[in-house]
Amino acid sequence: MSILGNRVLRVEDPKLLTSGGTYVADVRVPELDGAAHITYVRSTIAHANITGMEVDEARQAPGVLGVFTAADIDLGVPPLLPMFNQAMARPLLADGVVRFVGEPVAVIVSERPEQGADASELVWPDYDPLPVIVDPMESARDEVLLHPAAGTNVVLALTYGEDPNLFDGCEVVVSEDIVNQRVAVVPLESRSAAAAWVDGRLWQWSSTQNAHGVRDVLAGQYGLDPAAVRVIAPDVGGGFGAKIGVTPEEVLLGWLARRVGRPVRWSETRSENMVAMGHGRGQWQKIEIGGRRDGTVEAYRLTILQDGGAYPNMGALLPWLTRVMAPGTYVIPRVEVASRAVVTNTTCTVAYRGAGRPEATAAIERAMDIFAFEVGMDPVEVRRKNLIPADAFPYTTATDAVYDSGDYEEALDRVLEGAGYQELRAEQARRREAADVVQMGIGVALYVEITAGPTAGSEHARVVVDVDGSATIYTGTSAHGQGHDTAFATLVSSRLGIPMDKITVVHGDTDLVERGQGTMGSRSLQLGGSAVFEAAAEVITRATQIAARLLEVTPGEIAFDDSNGAFRVAGGDEPGVGWPDVAGASKFDGTPLAASVDFQASEPTFPFGAHLAVVDVDTETGQVRLVRFVAVDDAGRILNPLLAEGQRHGGIAQGSAQALLEEVCFDADGNPVTSNLADYAAISATELPSFELIAMETPTPINPLGAKGIGESGTVGSTPAVQSAVVDALGHLGVRHLDMPATAERVWRAIQDAPSGKGA
Amino acid sequence: MIPAAFDYQRVDSVDAAVAALGEHGDEAKLLAGGHSLLPLMKLRLATPSVLIDLGRVQELSYVQDRGDHIAIGALTRHHVLHTSGLLATDAPLLAHAAGQVGDPQVRHRGTLGGSIAHGDPASDLPAVLLALRATLVARGPEGNRSIAVDDFFVGFLETALRPDEVLTEVQVPKVTGQGWSFQKMNRRAQDWAIVGVACVLSGTAAGIGLVNMASRPLRASATEAALAGGASLADAAQAAAEGAEASADLNASAEFREHLARVLVRRALEESAAGGRSAARV
Repeated sequence: MSILGNRVLRVEDPKLLTSGGTYVADVRVPELDGAAHITYVRSTIAHANITGMEVDEARQAPGVLGVFTAADIDLGVPPLLPMFNQAMARPLLADGVVRFVGEPVAVIVSERPEQGADASELVWPDYDPLPVIVDPMESARDEVLLHPAAGTNVVLALTYGEDPNLFDGCEVVVSEDIVNQRVAVVPLESRSAAAAWVDGRLWQWSSTQNAHGVRDVLAGQYGLDPAAVRVIAPDVGGGFGAKIGVTPEEVLLGWLARRVGRPVRWSETRSENMVAMGHGRGQWQKIEIGGRRDGTVEAYRLTILQDGGAYPNMGALLPWLTRVMAPGTYVIPRVEVASRAVVTNTTCTVAYRGAGRPEATAAIERAMDIFAFEVGMDPVEVRRKNLIPADAFPYTTATDAVYDSGDYEEALDRVLEGAGYQELRAEQARRREAADVVQMGIGVALYVEITAGPTAGSEHARVVVDVDGSATIYTGTSAHGQGHDTAFATLVSSRLGIPMDKITVVHGDTDLVERGQGTMGSRSLQLGGSAVFEAAAEVITRATQIAARLLEVTPGEIAFDDSNGAFRVAGGDEPGVGWPDVAGASKFDGTPLAASVDFQASEPTFPFGAHLAVVDVDTETGQVRLVRFVAVDDAGRILNPLLAEGQRHGGIAQGSAQALLEEVCFDADGNPVTSNLADYAAISATELPSFELIAMETPTPINPLGAKGIGESGTVGSTPAVQSAVVDALGHLGVRHLDMPATAERVWRAIQDAPSGKGA
Repeated sequence: MIPAAFDYQRVDSVDAAVAALGEHGDEAKLLAGGHSLLPLMKLRLATPSVLIDLGRVQELSYVQDRGDHIAIGALTRHHVLHTSGLLATDAPLLAHAAGQVGDPQVRHRGTLGGSIAHGDPASDLPAVLLALRATLVARGPEGNRSIAVDDFFVGFLETALRPDEVLTEVQVPKVTGQGWSFQKMNRRAQDWAIVGVACVLSGTAAGIGLVNMASRPLRASATEAALAGGASLADAAQAAAEGAEASADLNASAEFREHLARVLVRRALEESAAGGRSAARV
């Protein structure tokens, strides 16, 4: 019996839970012996000209090997993504102007980390303050330019389906301005890297999701052939999208190592991480939706203003993905999306779990809710009426996405049944009737998202069987906690009949893995896993030929038993040969028993689901408590339910956190006010109920595993479900919308200001 | 997140701590759990040149029955308070509230004396001691002196302790027969209260301490007076924010804090009047 589809325990966990992982800061290798420590001096002001920088005192401080500013750096400015305004490129250290609090203005190399921290207090920049722009809407007016050479604050503007008559003929048109607020990424391991020059090559250890991507960026920056750079990602303690790219602090390490003639190590503090790694979300949206009084939606317009932060990064590109997913799970004949991304004097925005798709889902789900509110129908029935039917797949949306497979109504039915929707509505009615202090809210959200996109993806794998019968998998994806070792070993074990404990997974080392694209966009299993799966199949094909030779038959006469890895003559009862025999014979012939595959998908895939949240709202204090969360998530065929549920749990927690608690805030002067985990309310288990997970599997035809991505689904569906539940709890008071997070004061004020508010 | 350099001195007795304070003056800080002080030091918002560690002063960790009151050594950890059978019987409000402080790590390292001496208006236990009308004992070069809790909190992070004094003991009257309640409203279980209320009630005599309603832990005097004057619980609660000087921050405006104080005081009084939480619910 195959182990595919079973709850195989994570092979990573014994180490992670006992002796602990080896993260960058833990790496002890001869190449890093005598490493110096790097400390960045960061701007304490959001926007200013740097008129001088006093560093002499810091240079004299104990243990300091060097203090450098932009004037010292002779590395080029990394280029922006090609679609961005290149005049907004970010220098490695602030060069004449600082544009956000936390931007590095100088760098210190010291013998020990505490010496760098001490010396950083002796660097004295002189600032001539400039007007600060925190609000993206103010930025969009272009009255103060952050990058004067660019001539505008707009990084990227996109339009799709422009139609001034979009809502002609609609009986009902409603609109709302909503905010998908900026949130922090909060990986448990903050950014960390080390660099050493080894025999003329640059070796860089990096806490990254994409070792080969880091290699290519460094090679470009240092003018090296990619083969002259080795990037190693050891255990990575979370990334959530923010560790896809390479930040200036990391790019500089090789230069610093060369300059001081020593390897260097850098690990940022939590406070630095909260202001300098990058933030997620940050979209100001206008939703307009029109249709008939019977609940049929006919047209939808989404207007997006994306806060890009001080310098264009991945965040500025996300409205593009939001556009792709704008219509969600619904048949909407006319859809228009217009977006602008602008710069502000704040931390850069980057990809964060879902990256553009949660923003799309939040917008369309809020739109469905306000439309239902306006026509006086149950929000579930309005959704049902407009769902893409199960027989319509593959389905091309008004925004030109091609949804591969799905059954949205089935997902909706399962979540409603699992939650007991009618009983919940009855309980809600009872509490409303009794005017209970604690009111109940029910929120339902349907979602579909794009994974392994935005265009058809590919990934590399190599599977090798050694003469001792063990196997090694080399994969171009790069785990940051999801369980790739378990997943890929399961695939190979099921295919080759080699026990899990004789399979090693190698990833995140550019010297060991020929090529790869890393982990992001919920791509790893469906692309990386498919490559591993197909490479294993090729190994069997090769091994079968060798076995045929050893057994003196034709390959067609060989039967391979994937339960124990035995090659036998079909129909015979001879013992045959096993992996050590065929691997040994292959090696004797001079080639290892191995296969490399670059799996190329024809399209992205579109996982979907339905989430239902139940909240209690204390109408006197405004306090919201999430009391139930029911989720149907369909990511195609599930390789390992345990791993999939882990992804759903984490995603639902993070998505609920955005709806309930989390928001990155700056004051009017651009000072971050949520720069530690006391002020920034990252959610904990105490604030969450046990999640009720309902399984559903609609395989995709796009890859041999039938698998879609599951890593981001939780955040895509849960945020609007929880937000909708909070609003729903106040619906009887006439509240139609409430921005996130649902803080007690925000909820209390909504009740005070509600048309039928009771002014508790 | 690396503190500025400091000297570290471990003491094994209160007298040694007093002597060390006398030697170093206000350059020194006492370490008694460290869950407020060390984060401030890591952010370099506090830069004491000497840290005097009380962690091994065994004589300051106890919960004792002294007849009409319970005496608690200043180094008693929150977890010990929370699980003390003596407190569960004779001061259940304190036992319960100690279980609401921070998270398990904080409760296993943080100490009652450390929390009280820090004088943070956002902390839970100062308000509890106000409600219980506790007496605090401090030792200095001249010996011990008692300080009524109402005289102890004098300003933001400022107490009546002198620079050369160590807080050694907290004495709380036994409260048998009183109803009690602890109301804590926060974003997350581990957070400081946005507003908190500690309450004991016996007939018309109430003790009510407020968390986070001024620059120092505050007694809801107007509500206590209204109750003593015969006002209903609901009416008395309307006076909960009188005399408060709530601040505005990330979590709440001053106006919302005042509203919360009125709601939570009413709830605390109602729960207390209904017999309060029983020891079994601690």
